[in-house]
Amino acid sequence: MELLRFATAGSVDDGKSTLIGRLLYDTKSLFDDVIDAVAITTARRGGEGLDLALVTDGLRAEREQGITIDVAYRYFSTPKRSFVIADTPGHVQYTRNMVTGASTADVAVILVDARHGLREQSRRHACLSALLGIRHLVLAVNKMDLVDWSRTRFDEIHHDFQALAAERGVPAMAAIPLCALDGGNVVDPSPHTPWYHGPTLLDHLETLPIPQRMSGPLRLPIQMVIKPRPGGSDNAMHERRWYAGSVAGGVPAVGDRVVILPSGVITQIVAVEGNLPAVRVQFADEIDASRGDVIASADDPPNTVPSLVATVVWMHDKPLLPGAHVLVKHATRTLKAVATVLHDKLDVTTLASDSQVAGLGLNEIGTVSFITSLPLPVDPYVQNRTMGSFIVIDPVTNATVGAGMINQ
Amino acid sequence: MTDSIIDRNAAPHPVLDWRLAELEAHAIFVIREVAAECERPVLLFSGGKDSVVMLYLARKAFEPGVIPFPVMHIDTGHNFPEVIEFRDRLVAEFGVRLVVASVQEAIDRGLVSDPGPTGSRNRMQTVPLLHAIAEHRFDAAFGGARRDEDKARAKERVLSFRDSFGQWDPKNQRPELWRLYNARTLTGEHLRAFPLSDWTELDIWRYVAVNDIELPAMYYAHRREVVRRDSMLLATGRFTPAQPGEEAFEETVRYRTVGDMTCTGAVRSDATTPLEVLAEIEQSRITERGATRADDRFSEAAMEDRKREGYF
Repeated sequence: MELLRFATAGSVDDGKSTLIGRLLYDTKSLFDDVIDAVAITTARRGGEGLDLALVTDGLRAEREQGITIDVAYRYFSTPKRSFVIADTPGHVQYTRNMVTGASTADVAVILVDARHGLREQSRRHACLSALLGIRHLVLAVNKMDLVDWSRTRFDEIHHDFQALAAERGVPAMAAIPLCALDGGNVVDPSPHTPWYHGPTLLDHLETLPIPQRMSGPLRLPIQMVIKPRPGGSDNAMHERRWYAGSVAGGVPAVGDRVVILPSGVITQIVAVEGNLPAVRVQFADEIDASRGDVIASADDPPNTVPSLVATVVWMHDKPLLPGAHVLVKHATRTLKAVATVLHDKLDVTTLASDSQVAGLGLNEIGTVSFITSLPLPVDPYVQNRTMGSFIVIDPVTNATVGAGMINQ
Repeated sequence: MTDSIIDRNAAPHPVLDWRLAELEAHAIFVIREVAAECERPVLLFSGGKDSVVMLYLARKAFEPGVIPFPVMHIDTGHNFPEVIEFRDRLVAEFGVRLVVASVQEAIDRGLVSDPGPTGSRNRMQTVPLLHAIAEHRFDAAFGGARRDEDKARAKERVLSFRDSFGQWDPKNQRPELWRLYNARTLTGEHLRAFPLSDWTELDIWRYVAVNDIELPAMYYAHRREVVRRDSMLLATGRFTPAQPGEEAFEETVRYRTVGDMTCTGAVRSDATTPLEVLAEIEQSRITERGATRADDRFSEAAMEDRKREGYF
């Protein structure tokens, strides 16, 4: 069965928790004890029936404040697909948690309240999703019952969103009018939208194409070198070292001519074991290769560069300033780096770019150059998410303070 | 679940499908990352199905080499005897070193209060766990926890940072983007690593079925003397005698989780193989923790509170 990962974005006020609760409830993914607990809590808080928003109710602080602080993961399956939902927060101060959830998603479902249309938050989410390389956005126009299921209102919001998606270069988008409260067009079609001929939200999630994960030329960052157990085999071949990692592009095969980067040594793969993408390989030659190096197609290698130019999301109170000494983790290598130039800062709601930048503050996004202590083999983020991304780590506290997407 | 990934008619053994292959590969990736970046990792091992799958994945991650870390059991002293026997046999078979941290010892040393002979020792595992982590200077502890188990777990990172008091701060978790795991800690701090985060109970059973993984016999239907308490079936025994008004009776049951005898309940079942268990779970309408774990029933935030203190 195929696995689709999607992120939901939007604020609690837009009905995000109710929508997720509705998806789980109408796909019969909720167990009886969970439904009972929700019914009891609904009653205790003075409500009636089932408040489906309580299904995804998380941490104490979130219940107290009625907001989502951190991403929560939910799982459900239908006969067609299995799904991982990353339920992400909407408030700007939790952007780092939103990008945590969106970074592994194939699709982003952006929720808006039909009465309010696109708001700053929706624009920010669409922009961040696009930035993170999510190629498919779904606009869920919720609370359609509160605008009398107005086609005109839906068309207006749809139109605004199309313009936004086009502006951000998002290749695919869909808009669905729905009502999480009564379930209309979530799993089952709504009787109130005879004018809408598209799929329900679930239909759409069940049928949209899932991006190919192992396409492109071979990229295999080495996680570790494995020495066979002594005396495990008489075969000299089996005494050789194995290089283990998770394939980040292509499929390694016996006979492949590969280059080890950054050293540039060329060799050939003579053995591949394990279930893709977690594999281990052996080489024809005794070469020097270790954790952090990348095994790549010799015919189509990544660029090995002494410095990085990347779009950086900053995730720490202490701003990023030019000259800052940091650690960068790219693929399986962590190394020292210095931020050299802050080129510009992007306003994710207006999309205006500001080139007068002193520093990059919490939740700000900008273009930054880094010099790294070793040359790094990289692909642009748009071509390969693994080879084109890195995180920034504070060398003193070890906190993860930033995330970067490598530009062309 | 109307459609199972397993075609029961096609082959004697189900195969690793696309979803399971991805979950397996991701778990192996996490295990290797932590082993490569941390100095002294340890695998928390209870003998329960999730920890057995973890041990199996660890072997796969380092084949044809050896598993480069020990396993640790937090022993409540209220174990099912067959689980301890199974634990020792498996540890020997996998050639890993076993560390046992004991709740009884923590009680004897006066580190925690004794809740009495029949009280639950589940929550008390936190103290010996944190002591053992400090004593052995472990900087990462692998656990088999899954996000589908509980709403606090649903919020937790794959690599979950613990401060020098072993505490989890759910409001201030490290961002965790893509598959770039930050396994760095300062002395005294540690990580909990959860390679099975995205697995569900069904995935575990499918994986057990596909790989013929042996589990303690109590996971399959067997006859046992039980009492009905809080709408759970609890095995009677030294730590869980029938209380006044309760009637002990024999029933055919299996366990969905393995924990402290005083708070782990059984369910009525006729399933004697992983495939039969899968079929039963697909029909089941109750979550595994809700059905059989009294420790998760205290409050809406039972797990969150325990995790904050440093629990698994």
